Amino acid sequence: MTDTSTPPGKPPKGGASLEEARLRQQAIGVKLRHMFDEVVNEPVPDEFLDILRRADRKSSGESGA
Amino acid sequence: MSGASSPPPKPPSADDDAFKRELVTLIPHLRAFARTLTGDPTAADDLAQDAMMKAWDARASYQMGTNMKAWTFMILRNQFYSEKRRSWRQSQLDQEAAERTLVAVDDPESPVALDELRLALATLPEEQREALILVGAGGFAYEEAAEICQCAVGTVKSRVSRARKALQATLEKGGYARDGRAAGDAMRSILAAADRLSSVRQG
Repeated sequence: MTDTSTPPGKPPKGGASLEEARLRQQAIGVKLRHMFDEVVNEPVPDEFLDILRRADRKSSGESGA
Repeated sequence: MSGASSPPPKPPSADDDAFKRELVTLIPHLRAFARTLTGDPTAADDLAQDAMMKAWDARASYQMGTNMKAWTFMILRNQFYSEKRRSWRQSQLDQEAAERTLVAVDDPESPVALDELRLALATLPEEQREALILVGAGGFAYEEAAEICQCAVGTVKSRVSRARKALQATLEKGGYARDGRAAGDAMRSILAAADRLSSVRQG
């Protein structure tokens, strides 16, 4: 739900409650996925496909000769 | 693996095409996993390319229809650790890279300063970091992560759990930061960022 937010100005008290700890873990999880997805969503450098294309040509070229 | 220096060329087949198509769809994920292992975009792409080629060369040993993502991640991970073992100076380099990253935190212009999570991740032991990334970010089940890391499911579970606890503690204490930064800053910005991200997703 949307009430998972902690007001940004409110400092966390020492000894977070279980509920608070759960929310923090959730927040870390969201951020972790975001960090990973950021790279996943980057365009793939041409180099990758070039390398694969060359390897493909090499194996089909050798067997075709 | 043994003896032959180069595998005999295989005639191109429909299987090869299907394999290649699936492999191409995995490249973005391999890049992301490599980035989390190396922490460096250039080294990560080199690693991801090596892993992609290793997977291509080993395609005969892959069974179509099984989990190719987990299979390629395992190849990438093995490649990473075997390169690391070869380079005895690596741990020293890691340390230097970590120090450079921490220095960058002091630069207000640096985008690195915005990403406390990345810094906190870097403080985790390697096996905890990779387990958490696979399960917490890569979307793998514990069983799949165990397959990738070639360890027991229970081991993955305990690594993930320890990683989560350590990460939270680090973010709350700001343990990775140099002196002068208020404790709890990192956790607050993570909470705020997660909030923004989830409202974007819901919206």
